[in-house]
Amino acid sequence: MAEIRVENLRKEFGAFTAVEDSNFVVEDGEFFVMLGPSGCGKTTTLRMIAGLELPTSGQILLGGENVTMRRARERDIAFVFQLFALYPHMNVRKNIGFPLLAQGMPASEIRQRVEETAKLLRIDHLLNKSVSGLAGGDRQRVALGRAIVRRPKCFLMDEPLGTLDTEFRDLMVHELRELHNRIHATTVYVTHDQMEAMSMADKIAVMNHGIIEQFGTPREIYDRPATMFVADFIGSPPMNFLGFGGGLARGAREIMVQGAKVTVPEVREDVAPADMALGIRPEHIRFDDKSGLRGAIYGTEYLGTTQIAAVETADGIIKARVPAEIRLNPGDQVGLSFNSARLSLFDKKSGRAVRTSIHDLASQGRVHHG
Amino acid sequence: MSLTTAHSVVAPTATSKRIAGTIVVVYALISMVPLLWIFATSFKTPPDSIAYPPKILFQPSVEGYCNLFTTRTRQTPDYINSLGPATTFCDETTRKRNMVIAGPSNFLPRFVNSLIIAFGSTFCAVFLGTLAAYGFSRFKVPLADDLLFFILSTRMMPPIAVAIPIYLMYRELGLSDTALGMILLYTAVNVSLAVWLLKGFIDEIPREYEEAAMIDGYTRLQAFWKTVLPQATTGIAATAIFCLIFAWNEYAFAALLTSGTAQTAPPFIPAIIGEGGQDWPAVAAGTTIFLVPILVFTILLRKQLLRGITFGAVRK
Repeated sequence: MAEIRVENLRKEFGAFTAVEDSNFVVEDGEFFVMLGPSGCGKTTTLRMIAGLELPTSGQILLGGENVTMRRARERDIAFVFQLFALYPHMNVRKNIGFPLLAQGMPASEIRQRVEETAKLLRIDHLLNKSVSGLAGGDRQRVALGRAIVRRPKCFLMDEPLGTLDTEFRDLMVHELRELHNRIHATTVYVTHDQMEAMSMADKIAVMNHGIIEQFGTPREIYDRPATMFVADFIGSPPMNFLGFGGGLARGAREIMVQGAKVTVPEVREDVAPADMALGIRPEHIRFDDKSGLRGAIYGTEYLGTTQIAAVETADGIIKARVPAEIRLNPGDQVGLSFNSARLSLFDKKSGRAVRTSIHDLASQGRVHHG
Repeated sequence: MSLTTAHSVVAPTATSKRIAGTIVVVYALISMVPLLWIFATSFKTPPDSIAYPPKILFQPSVEGYCNLFTTRTRQTPDYINSLGPATTFCDETTRKRNMVIAGPSNFLPRFVNSLIIAFGSTFCAVFLGTLAAYGFSRFKVPLADDLLFFILSTRMMPPIAVAIPIYLMYRELGLSDTALGMILLYTAVNVSLAVWLLKGFIDEIPREYEEAAMIDGYTRLQAFWKTVLPQATTGIAATAIFCLIFAWNEYAFAALLTSGTAQTAPPFIPAIIGEGGQDWPAVAAGTTIFLVPILVFTILLRKQLLRGITFGAVRK
């Protein structure tokens, strides 16, 4: 196992820049997820780490060794593809043993290693079956088997659960994390699904347009989004934004939003007057008749334990997660109040978060400004 | 499920099955009449073969096959009577026509030439075509589209348009009437078809297979050999049949460029001359035998051929 260090990695396809000067470190044994919408450069980054794509510039270090220009087969990594890439002309046993065959390992040892691996993944009863008859989850397990049988330096996974049914997917998310807890392999996992990322990752990099918008633990990313893109991409429903104007002074604790006073975490930097946005997670909104910030119920989504209420305000629709028991009818006038300790402030133009007291907790929370 | 079967996918009724079956059988029969005619003619005697009205029912004879494989000379009845008793069936039929067998004909060597040239050129075309198709499919080849169009454009003119230059070229190069020359020529014609067909098949094979193999420690060539090739067999088989049929049936160049040692069966068969003109039963016998290899090859590969032709038509 090894640490992966990516330095100033850049990839251009003609005039299009797929990955722009990426920097990150995946520590030994860490489960690292690259999360972002399609076309954001996460798969290209992964393929460069794998050696399937050569970077335009920058460096990739695997366990301290510079492998930037090495061939894929010389990097000692394993890759799990979205379509699994199980060889249809081989059975499960041959598929799992295929990487060992390349190393010229004796047949008896291959047999033993394949069986060990199959047992670990609970597919030992399928070894002699053809891969084409397998169910989605089992195919996934075979693909994982082919990756772990070689005991490589690290695992790279490209949306490995993307083609599975929701039911299987939840199961595999659990299994993958459990597997990682057992073998502690450095893993880079690419997905566009925030649920997968949040539930599996030790660290997440949120990417957009080839740029890493934020790098951090799932908690940091959810609680202290570094940019409006991250705030909007993570969370379901995503973070709400309310516009406000004027500058901010270090130490400020209050802002004016739509004529109402809103208490916010203490501001830690001076911001020149500009268009700003207040970011509020739906679960940090309460209905409060005394609040000056008002809106009308637009609609509700009943979710059992909670409900999502859409409230029409002067600055667009705000979604609030409120207890399911509250009776709400379209048109009802409500006042909105927020959990002031959990609010985020953004500069609308650059999308960057303003430094406030919520960042104090994050001593190691690196805020990357793209 | 029942909804689907009841409304959108209707099970064919007995009547519609019967109608469809009848159409297929009638069409098959019509297509097979010329073949049956050739086959029947090959078992007629020369007089029966040119009888008018044509004989549907006749006394079968293998004289055509005898004549195909032998050359004969006319002799006086006295000379024939002076010979010992006929040892083979062919001897006997030949003597009845006041002739004796002088030796084997050139049919067998011509047939062997056809086999060598057709299979040789098919192998070369498919081999080169597979590699080229893989290259075009997987790598960024500069001007790939133009090159592919150029490759295809070699098929756009009638081959006979270049017959004279090729004839002169071959004469200069000493390739006239050689098996090598014919293999090169048919390979050149077929390779464009092979590249285009195979590129389609290889495009359909996800590149993740080779990428997986290359990450797992194989070189690109090994990855190609172990993961792409086994999955391309269907396409390769289908392509091989198309190439083989072309090379096997080709007449114009064979007639022009081969005359002796490298002559193939197609120009040889129609030139079989018997007593008093064309020996139709022998020609028909030659044609019948000529059909066999392609028939066997197609039957052996029929599964791949069917899958190959419909490959890619339906998304899995």
